[in-house]
Amino acid sequence: MPNDPTEMRFSPLHEAHLASGAKMVLFSGWQMPVSFDGIKEEHIAVRTHAGLFDVSHMGQIEVEGPGALAFLQRLLTNDVALMEIGGAQYSCLLNDDAGVIDDLITYRLGGDRYLVVTNAGNHEADLIQFGKVARDFDVYVRDAASRYAMLAVQGPNARRIVAGQLRIELPPRMGVIPQQIGRRPALVCGTGYTGEDGVEIMLDPEIAPAIWAELVDAGVVPCGLGARDTLRLEVCFPLHGNDLSESIDPVTAGLGWACSEQTGFIGSDKVAVFRANGTDERLVPFEIEGDGIARGGNPVISGEETVGEVTSGTWSPSLENGIGFALIRSDLAEPGTAIEIDVRGKRRPARVSSKPLYSKKR
Amino acid sequence: MSEPSYPEDLRYHPEHDWARIEGDEATLGVTWYAQDSLGEVVFYEGPEVGSSVVKDEPYAEVESVKAVSDVVAPLSGEVIEVNPDLSDAPEAVNTDPYGTGWLIRIRLSDPAEADALMDSAAYSASLE
Repeated sequence: MPNDPTEMRFSPLHEAHLASGAKMVLFSGWQMPVSFDGIKEEHIAVRTHAGLFDVSHMGQIEVEGPGALAFLQRLLTNDVALMEIGGAQYSCLLNDDAGVIDDLITYRLGGDRYLVVTNAGNHEADLIQFGKVARDFDVYVRDAASRYAMLAVQGPNARRIVAGQLRIELPPRMGVIPQQIGRRPALVCGTGYTGEDGVEIMLDPEIAPAIWAELVDAGVVPCGLGARDTLRLEVCFPLHGNDLSESIDPVTAGLGWACSEQTGFIGSDKVAVFRANGTDERLVPFEIEGDGIARGGNPVISGEETVGEVTSGTWSPSLENGIGFALIRSDLAEPGTAIEIDVRGKRRPARVSSKPLYSKKR
Repeated sequence: MSEPSYPEDLRYHPEHDWARIEGDEATLGVTWYAQDSLGEVVFYEGPEVGSSVVKDEPYAEVESVKAVSDVVAPLSGEVIEVNPDLSDAPEAVNTDPYGTGWLIRIRLSDPAEADALMDSAAYSASLE
C-alpha cells in the first residue's frame, strides 16, 4: 500500500539524533538533522577529515528481470548498458516533455538486477513513472525504501576509517559491493554528494544506530543536511526541488553529459533538439564578489534587466563568500560573465563561474 | 557560549533582542536564543552611524550559512556607534552575544519605551 505523502517520516536514527542534541528540520516530509555542532565545522570536517551523514530519507527502487536493462534504458537518460555488474551511474528521469522528474544514481547489482536511489521528495513520483513504464517490459519493480537506512561517510579519511572500523570490502569510486554489515545484507557504494572521496552505505534500519555510533566513536564527525547543502553547492551538484524540476530539461540544467539520446529514453527526442539548437536559459554556478549571500529566488540582473533567478544560494565555508546556482539567459552563461544579484533590494556584484566552484587543486 | 544565558542587567524584546540601558543610551544585540536558532553567523550588515532605528522595526540583517534574519530594534533612537569588529568577525554574535557580539549603540529618543520590555525572568519564561 502506498504511504500517505502528507505523513511525517522519521529516520531509523531519529532517536539517536535527538539524544545527541541535533537541530532537526523538516525536509521533503522527513524530520532530519540540519546540524549537530554547526554547519561550518561539519563542512570543514568533511573537506579535511571525515563526516557522517544520515541520508535515510533517500528512497530505493529495485528493478529485476529479463527486461530490466531495456526498461531502464527507456526510463533513464544515461546509457545503462555501459554499466558493468558492480557499477554505478548518474541519470535523470524525464517526463514526455524532457522535464526532470528526478535525478538518480543507479547501481547494477547483478546481471538483470538494479537498484535505483531516489530523492526523498520525488520517490512517490518516481514510483508512479516506473510503474507506468513497467507495463511494457518483462520486469519486476519494487519499492525498497523502507528496507534501507542509508549513511554517507565522506571525506579524505572516510574510506580508511570505514574499512578499519566495519571490516568491510570497499568498492571503487562509482562502484557497489553487496556484502554483510552486522550479519545483515548491505550495499557499500563508492558514491557521494560532497565532492570528497567516501562511501555510501545502505543497510538494515535495525542495525543503523549501532553502526552510526561505531563510526562516531571512530572519529567520524556527525553532519547534517546544512553541511550537505554547502558541500554539494561548492562542487556544483544540483539539488532537485531547488535547481532541477519538471519545468527544466537536462540540457538547460547542464546535465547533457548524463544523456545518451541514441538509447531512446522518454524525452530523448526533446533533449536532442535542445542539444542541437541550444536552450533559452542555462543553470550556472556563480560566486558573489565581496559582501552578501544570495538565496533562492533572488533576481539576477544584467544592466537594468532581470535575466534570471537564483535557484540555490548559500555561504561557502571553503571559499568564504556567497555562492550558488542561478538559472539565467543563455547568452550570459559563459564563465567569467559579470552579473548582479538583487539580494533583498541590494545589488551584489557576482560572476558566472566554471564548475566546480571549489576543488582541492584550487 | 553553548548554554542558554539571559543576563539580569538587560531588557528583552520578544523578537529575541536585548538592550543594555545606561542613562539615555543603550547598547543593542541579539539574545542567546536568537543566535542559537540562527546558527553560525557568517555575515552582518548594520545601520550607519547617524541613522535612526525604530522600536519593533528591523534595523540590521544577520546571516548564518543557512538563512538570513532581521534584527528588530527593542527601542527607538539614533545610532551613535556600530560594532566595528563584526564585519571581520561576525561569529562574535555566537560566541559572546552580550559582550563582543553587541551590534549597535543608540541615543534613546523615548526612554519610557523601556517599560514595555521584559526582564530576564519574563523573557526566559517566554521561551518555555
